[in-house]
Amino acid sequence: MPEIDSVAALKEAQRQFQPLLGARLSEQEATTVRRTVLICSSTGCRASDSQEIAANLQRLIAERGLETQIQVTITGCFGFCEQGPIVEVLPDDVFYVRVKPTDAQEIFEQHLLNNQPVERLLYTDPTTGKKIATQHEIPFYKLQKRIVLRNCGRINPEDIREYIAVGGYQALAKALTEMTPEQVIDEIKRSGLRGRGGAGFPTGQKWQFARAYPGKEKFIVCNADEGDPGAFMNRSVMEGDAHSVIEGMAIAGYAIGAKRGYVYIRAEYPLAVERLRLAIGQARELGLLGQNILGSGFDFDIDIRLGAGAFVCGEETALLNSIEGERGEPRNKPPFPAQSGLWGQPTNVNNVGTLANVPAILMNGAEWFSAVGTATSKGTKEFALAGKINNVGLIEVPMGTTLRQIIYDIGGGVRGGGTFKAVQTGGPSGGCIPAQFLDTPIDYESLRAIGSMMGSGGMIVMNDRDCMVNIARFYLEFTVDESCGRCLPCRIGNKRMYEILTRITEGKGSEEDLIELRELAETIIDTSLCGLGQTAPNPVLSTMKYFWDEYEAHVKEKRCPAGVCAKLVRYQIDPAKCIGCTACARVCPVGAISGAVKQTHVIDQNVCIKCGACMTKCKFAAISKS
Amino acid sequence: MNTKQEIFPLAMFRELEAYIKSLNINREDPRRKETLIQTLHKAQSIWGYLPEPVQRYIADRYGISHAEVSGVISFYNYFTTTRKGDVQISVCMGTACYVNGAEQVLKEFERLLKIKSGEVTPDGRFSLDSLRCVGACGLAPVVLIGDRVYGKVRPEKVAEILEDYLVQVGAKEEQVYA
Repeated sequence: MPEIDSVAALKEAQRQFQPLLGARLSEQEATTVRRTVLICSSTGCRASDSQEIAANLQRLIAERGLETQIQVTITGCFGFCEQGPIVEVLPDDVFYVRVKPTDAQEIFEQHLLNNQPVERLLYTDPTTGKKIATQHEIPFYKLQKRIVLRNCGRINPEDIREYIAVGGYQALAKALTEMTPEQVIDEIKRSGLRGRGGAGFPTGQKWQFARAYPGKEKFIVCNADEGDPGAFMNRSVMEGDAHSVIEGMAIAGYAIGAKRGYVYIRAEYPLAVERLRLAIGQARELGLLGQNILGSGFDFDIDIRLGAGAFVCGEETALLNSIEGERGEPRNKPPFPAQSGLWGQPTNVNNVGTLANVPAILMNGAEWFSAVGTATSKGTKEFALAGKINNVGLIEVPMGTTLRQIIYDIGGGVRGGGTFKAVQTGGPSGGCIPAQFLDTPIDYESLRAIGSMMGSGGMIVMNDRDCMVNIARFYLEFTVDESCGRCLPCRIGNKRMYEILTRITEGKGSEEDLIELRELAETIIDTSLCGLGQTAPNPVLSTMKYFWDEYEAHVKEKRCPAGVCAKLVRYQIDPAKCIGCTACARVCPVGAISGAVKQTHVIDQNVCIKCGACMTKCKFAAISKS
Repeated sequence: MNTKQEIFPLAMFRELEAYIKSLNINREDPRRKETLIQTLHKAQSIWGYLPEPVQRYIADRYGISHAEVSGVISFYNYFTTTRKGDVQISVCMGTACYVNGAEQVLKEFERLLKIKSGEVTPDGRFSLDSLRCVGACGLAPVVLIGDRVYGKVRPEKVAEILEDYLVQVGAKEEQVYA
């Protein structure tokens, strides 16, 4: 491919690449393609063999020599991970779910050759039991608005030409040729864009600081160290549309006066790393990264830096230390990175989602963006829905959408019919939000007001079978593991909290423990050095605030109401229901169950390790836990 | 398996050296450690862990002390200074997997392999670990065996998965430097 060295060349390239979109184009004169089959190839769907579906279809199409008429393209995440692998056929807009490699033949023959959609692979509406053919009719998609994820599930993430064909790099071209850096910053400020990593600092203001501070050299850093367990928004953007992040970084570089950018990404995301590497290589090849971009005289290039499994490196100053090849311990702030970041130079650190918003804002204008959202939080937010929810997946909704809409209308409600107990947002830094706040329109401020935080966007739904004390303990265990050890409140305070919580879940807690837990939590928040320590007690405080009765039950009655805390649980066999089939006795790993064939069995509580294997095995529901 | 006196094939060092050479490290440059973590990733991919002679070699090539290299290694969970099993099993303990029963899955692996999480079987064949979220929460609970992702794992399926892996993948010898 020839280098794209001017805005005119970029426009020409877009025109030239458009036929690649096949049936995704609204006007199809430009192409011979009658149908385009989009197949999700993100981590989740790939684990369910989506690549094989693509290969099978391609083989069938090639056998009939139909390559010019039927196009098969891999894409990034469609978001509906629960129903993966996802296959969409355009222009019919037919949306297939849970497709297996062996289904390729049927899709090919019935749909692609004979124009009859394969009924059994369509999504079934769980409430009506009816099949839904098209994507936009599926309830999961109805309330969503995709800005950050605009190209995920639409374009081939491994081909820069498709990104250019849908208007990619035009925002960069606009910034470089029609706007001054100040105007770019002003546009972002007016849009109201705030940091999508969780803290919500106004992005334009951050850029302005980094621009204002003098330095020999400046840096743009993309924080892709998405460490919150249960969050996969950044992964999906990088796997599905890495160029939007690259373009956002280049624009940010122009705005603050940086020539160099770094993407700091988790090593646990091998596919995202691979796609990003590929995208950077292709952008360089076309001259969209490197020297004199689009003939504007602006130089900018990007390097990837891999993390190595340290959660604290998501904290911006720890991340900078890690890029420098040091231990990823946070630095004291101030000075903030905008003044003294990488190697002491002015540095701007933004989250993946923040940067992916930037090209869309420049193309559509600040007013377009700020028209979406609430008074203080503009635009949309991506969330990863997980846990005990029917529609596990990746969503993007306008700020101000309520938790109820997200969990019930989009998420399809609580899985397995249990009752909703809480939704955890913000990962180990956030809190658990109980049912009474389901109608809260979410934005940065409202979530903080109810003791949680936006965080990067993980949302984990819990039901009546989740013990909130145990969940608090789970997060503390995580924090203790991940505390870098630099400051004492976090290193020792969290450890003490974890020990107390462990005691409580083992039925050894006292009421004094609860008082101490609260005191410790408040001290850690007040005195820790970085965001990790300052927010680590949030899961404990929020569960104490909203689920105090569970703490009391553990401490006073030595009882776990959810039946989770193993040491507080007793498995019992109901003599009325036991038929003496011996299945439980055979599955028990410690031989705690005795009884002859056709005789009632008994569990020896002194030997029982509370593994629950017997209860799972029993076909007669004779074993219960209390 | 005695790690103390282990002698490594020269080919391993050659591969590492080729990588380091491509980085054009200037030993005078105060920013040269910028690539250290990448190099450690590379070394761990070659050896499977970071034995001391390798650490010293890297320190020497960067012109920094062994203590500095060791300090970085000990900070990051991803790096290990002890040998792992030929087959690495990692049970995801991210929140989504945890609330969907990952702990019971891990326990079942511990029971079957007769080792605890973080240990290696005496024959060096398997190692077992937990990790924090691979981002495939739609498939929770998730288990990684080698590079393969197994989703929606139930404790009673663990034995089946192990067998499946051994039949499918374990049959192929992966010993490049043997």
